[in-house]
Amino acid sequence: MGKRVGIEVSIAIAEAVKLARAEVIAAYPITPQTHIVEHLSEIIANGELDAEFITVESEHAAMSCCCGSSAAGARTYTATSSQGLALMSEILYHPGPMRLPIVMTVANRALAAPISIWNDHQDIMAQRDIGWIQTFAENGQEAVDLTLHAFRVAEDRKVSLPVIVNIDGFTLSHVIEPIVIPDQEEVDAYLPAFKPRVRLDVKKPVTMGPVGIPEVYTEAKMAHNEAIKASKRVILQGWKEFAEIFGREYNPVETYRSEDAEVLLVTMGSISETAMTAVDAMRDKGTSVGLVRIRLWRPFPGPEFRKAAGKASVLAVIDRCLPPGAVCGPVGAELRSIFYKMPGAPKIFSFVAGLGGRDVTVELFEEIVDKARAYAKKRPTELYEVIGVRER
Amino acid sequence: MITELEKFKGFSAKNLPKEEGLAPGHRACQGCGEVLALRMVMKALGKDVIVCCATGCMEIVTTPFPQTSWQVPWIHIAFENAASVASGVEAARKVLMRKGRIPKRHVDILAVGGDGATGDIGLSWISGAMERGHDFLYVCLDNEAYMNTGVQRSGCTPYGAMTTTSPPGKKGSGQVTWKKNVPAIMAAHGIPYVATASPAYFLDLMNKVKKAALVEGPAYVHIYSPCPTGWGSAGERSVEFAKLAVETRIFPLYEVIEGRYVISRKITKPKPVTEYFKGQRRFRHLSEDQLSFIQAKVDEEYARLMKLSEAT
Ligand SMILES: Cc1ncc(C[n+]2csc(CCOP(=O)(O)OP(=O)(O)O)c2C)c(N)n1
Ligand code: SF4
Repeated sequence: MGKRVGIEVSIAIAEAVKLARAEVIAAYPITPQTHIVEHLSEIIANGELDAEFITVESEHAAMSCCCGSSAAGARTYTATSSQGLALMSEILYHPGPMRLPIVMTVANRALAAPISIWNDHQDIMAQRDIGWIQTFAENGQEAVDLTLHAFRVAEDRKVSLPVIVNIDGFTLSHVIEPIVIPDQEEVDAYLPAFKPRVRLDVKKPVTMGPVGIPEVYTEAKMAHNEAIKASKRVILQGWKEFAEIFGREYNPVETYRSEDAEVLLVTMGSISETAMTAVDAMRDKGTSVGLVRIRLWRPFPGPEFRKAAGKASVLAVIDRCLPPGAVCGPVGAELRSIFYKMPGAPKIFSFVAGLGGRDVTVELFEEIVDKARAYAKKRPTELYEVIGVRER
Repeated sequence: MITELEKFKGFSAKNLPKEEGLAPGHRACQGCGEVLALRMVMKALGKDVIVCCATGCMEIVTTPFPQTSWQVPWIHIAFENAASVASGVEAARKVLMRKGRIPKRHVDILAVGGDGATGDIGLSWISGAMERGHDFLYVCLDNEAYMNTGVQRSGCTPYGAMTTTSPPGKKGSGQVTWKKNVPAIMAAHGIPYVATASPAYFLDLMNKVKKAALVEGPAYVHIYSPCPTGWGSAGERSVEFAKLAVETRIFPLYEVIEGRYVISRKITKPKPVTEYFKGQRRFRHLSEDQLSFIQAKVDEEYARLMKLSEAT
């Protein structure tokens, strides 16, 4: 059994990476991720973890190092945020099709301009299609558990894909929470050593990352796509076994008081906890409202989401990303397409809130639900709405 | 003298390795100096090597999937980051051997890039890897332009040379800047071994590559690599141009061993630079003024190098 302690979430994630026995860690500081790699460097300096800690000169180099180390067969970890993630962008497209199981924490943060160190999901949404498995944690416990799960899934030979665990910058990364830090024996039982099918080995030479001529490029992309779609089975299995060992259950989507709810809020990440409080408050006032939270973002759990949405007639989707000139936020767009032309599909209204560290409050959720109910009667003129904009 | 190098006897015509890390059948142009140099590099290193290659001609011509010319483990990620990929490979091997997860065995780690990948876009990645002291060898195959994208100028394009982005015209007269001194930048990192080499002096090249691999820590070898396609020169004359570049003192051969400059081949009676320019379309527009400017600057640079070798 693990031990429940009051601990900063970043530190707890670093402890999880230690428990996972990561072998190579590439690190470049960026707020609000920095505490994770700082603590990892301490862990290594104290001899608590036998790993190579590479203090690279940029995030682009961090991800490049990770590709090399994963290809050479080491369990590989890094963490970043915002501009750092953006600088990595070019290299983020490589480990997926190359089937390199790197694990990365992204402490989600806004993107410049204007420069902002505070939380929203614009950094990761700009990297939506890099072909990594992606999850979103709601709280510190989940951040720790998803980190262990990430290694397990990434390195499963049926998957062999990189995984990002998203945590909200500051609102998760910098808060102290009561978190159960698992035992080493439990983690060892859950997470076997990394045994890659192929690696850079002079005894068995392989060519990795060759030119993709037109005759093979589409097939290579298809293979990657099939792999990420097929990973869902292993992701679910990984959570099932996680529950067996650690006693905490995880699913691709979670619901809260959603049964018979007329309106469902849809969220990702740490605002979901506020959303639950809002749901309680609204239920007390007699509003038929519930919550669906997406934990697994890639591969998108379509059937699970449709099931979770149940018979609700209205979905109020909250995106923490404003893609300029687009029809709505990325989560909103995703959901509209999975329900497209489905008989009895709910009406989907897309809201953008909580950009650049703006609080998403209980009152804001109430406003969103009110608007969604009104729009269900009289269609809005716009496909999405930015909520909580100050007029003066 | 670095202890690793003391034992090294050197290659001679009699003990040339038969091994070929880079197999024939690649798709490089005829007379390609890069692929010729790379073959020698691989011959010198043998089969116990992991290669991390940058985007560029050598990546493209050797690996059109499902074919590969590589007889050794090889990885390509992107254009600028071969040194970081090599850092990751080196770190992974170190920890895996330490933990007994892979057999203990010395394996050389080679990062390869063109002059663009090395001297321009990748400079920060290489600098980072060298500063961190990873045990790897970086080889720059310098054909003096971005060849893979169709002969655009790079920081290593020589003064006056015509490329598609340094075209001579009514106002322009080819590349306007002097060739970037990448070996000096590398030496400034204080790494144990830096050298320049040329495929025209193949034993010298192979010996330098082997020495670079033998030293512990980062090492750098800058190899002059004629490119008939980009230079507008005859394929069969590539080795001749490589030789002329040395004989005219345009590309001097030297080593920087722990900061000490050692000239490998002193050119006491240099040929005029004009001899090297003849037969290369990239230089045919050069004016008399430009030619004498180049000659003066080449003499000056060589004198500086001599002084460096005397002073260190
Ligand atoms: C980030 C990035 N920018 C640009 C390119 C396009 N590109 C591919 S190879 C190349 C030039 C390679 O030149 P060099 O490194 O000198 O090698 P060569 O082809 O001459 O051997 C360029 C510009 C790229 N692949 N990636
Ligand atoms: S373009 Fe030049 S460097 Fe590239 S393959 Fe052809 S000859 Fe070699």
